[in-house]
Amino acid sequence: MIMARKDVQLDHKLIMDLITPQSKVLDLGCGNGDLLYLLAKEKNAHVHGIEIDEQEIYKCVAKGLNVFHGDVDSGLSEFGDKSFDYVVLNQSLQQIIHVDKVLFDALRVGRKVIAGFPNFAYYRSRMQMFFLGKTPVTGTLPYQWNETPNLHFLSITDFKDYCRSKDINIEKSFYIGQSRRVFLFPNLFAQTGIFLISKV
Amino acid sequence: MINDSKEIRRGTLGAVQVRFFTFDSLKLESGDKIGPVTIAYETYGSLNKDKTNAVLITHALSGDAHAAGVHEGKDDPGWWDALIGPGKAFDTEKYFVICSNVLGGCKGSTGPASTNPKNGKPYALDFPLIGINDIVNAQKRLVDQLGIEKLLSVVGGSMGGQQVLSWLSRYPQKLRSAIPIATTIRHSPQQIAFNEVGRQAIMADAHWKSGNYYDGPHPSQGLAVARMIGHITYMSDKSMAEKFGRDKKDAGEHFKFTADFEVEGYLRYRGDSFVKRFDANSYLYITKAMDNFDASGGRRFDDVLRGIKAKVMVISFKSDWLYPAYQSKEIVRACKLAGVETTYCEVDSSYGHDAFLLEVDEETYLIKHFLKKIFYAYEVTGDYGA
Repeated sequence: MIMARKDVQLDHKLIMDLITPQSKVLDLGCGNGDLLYLLAKEKNAHVHGIEIDEQEIYKCVAKGLNVFHGDVDSGLSEFGDKSFDYVVLNQSLQQIIHVDKVLFDALRVGRKVIAGFPNFAYYRSRMQMFFLGKTPVTGTLPYQWNETPNLHFLSITDFKDYCRSKDINIEKSFYIGQSRRVFLFPNLFAQTGIFLISKV
Repeated sequence: MINDSKEIRRGTLGAVQVRFFTFDSLKLESGDKIGPVTIAYETYGSLNKDKTNAVLITHALSGDAHAAGVHEGKDDPGWWDALIGPGKAFDTEKYFVICSNVLGGCKGSTGPASTNPKNGKPYALDFPLIGINDIVNAQKRLVDQLGIEKLLSVVGGSMGGQQVLSWLSRYPQKLRSAIPIATTIRHSPQQIAFNEVGRQAIMADAHWKSGNYYDGPHPSQGLAVARMIGHITYMSDKSMAEKFGRDKKDAGEHFKFTADFEVEGYLRYRGDSFVKRFDANSYLYITKAMDNFDASGGRRFDDVLRGIKAKVMVISFKSDWLYPAYQSKEIVRACKLAGVETTYCEVDSSYGHDAFLLEVDEETYLIKHFLKKIFYAYEVTGDYGA
């Protein structure tokens, strides 16, 4: 295990622990490629990323990663069924236009999907809504209403209900608070939820 | 635009010279044979002991072997000098860079203006029809002659990119990587149409005389018009507006149809300077080769690419409407389907198709890192984020 590394974000650590060595991983919305880089380095994973932001593409190329400059929503149709062991949607799920389509495509091209997203029902969000009457701004939802790239505001409970209604199997779940893992009442105390899911 | 350009250094190559490689004959895809064939080429940097650092640069329609540095006693640097040299994208301190003039060209390689050994006169239209694959086969002879088993990379934009795809689909075992830039698997009707107008302009020139003009005046006006059309397609609406606006040229002698606007003057200048360095028949042959090219050979391109070990980086430019990004994405899609390791970047540029010659910082950054990874056979680079 590589958990000795302090500079690794907690969500990246948790995702890395889910992934078995030498897996094939596709990261949808891979950003600057930090996670893929770690997976390649520490897990000998074969990694690919898709990212819309040109500046992030340069950072990925500098790390030697294979990245496609493009829009996650425009489809994964060119990948065959189960062509990846894992498809990662970390902090990108809430920014996708067609969630159903992308998520089901991800579940088709990957054996398993790892989805991480900010929890809208975090207690501080609830308090800001209730007491201040304002759209919440928190550590994982840091944007003002007029500049947020997020399109969907979902809670951990929402996602669980969603999976149940769509026959998606939740294999594992992890919850993160301000700086450490949360085990009790995650829909209240977690800022981030990470789910390992697969199609039933 | 790339924000992070701190590491881009510039160095100059200094004086370079063109060399020639001649071989007996080349069998063409049409079944014809041509020979002897001479290929003009230049090299920069030096080949390492294991011969693993060779990069082949393939030029576009009007390019030539002179990709970098300057020729003795002349000032104008090679057409991709911004990217080739010490410390540049193609770092000549690390890599051995080769660029050759295409078969059918007019800058030292055998083409329609060369002497036909059968009658001692210029070939003109007796020159056989050639394809991009023939151009690449001639290049391969040169690469073999230089003793290079495997190229580190083949890189080129536009028609150069077509050659890259030909290499990739037909000689994948000779490559460790390929970088097709602003190019396409096959020309669209629009691309063919623009080339056809250029060819018609040449053939409509009274001096063309079915190609037999070498002992008299050349079809310069036709070729100039072809070049003017070309230049329009290489720019974008925005880059033209920025470069020329509706500015008028200085008042001088006027008649009704003087080149009043800056853009008119520019196109005329481009046309006029092109005819001094390019042969009209070469223009016909080469544009035809581009139009006829189909890297897939009529199959599904992903089937052609399946099993290829070479790594690919595809680059396109947002405002390029001659070789639009969707064509590059088709290449990427085929690579993905075929399981070829691929990186794709669509650079946000307003220069149109010309961007592949002008977006130096972006290309430098991408190419430098990509080549480094291939050269040192990293999966991911050691210097995190550098």
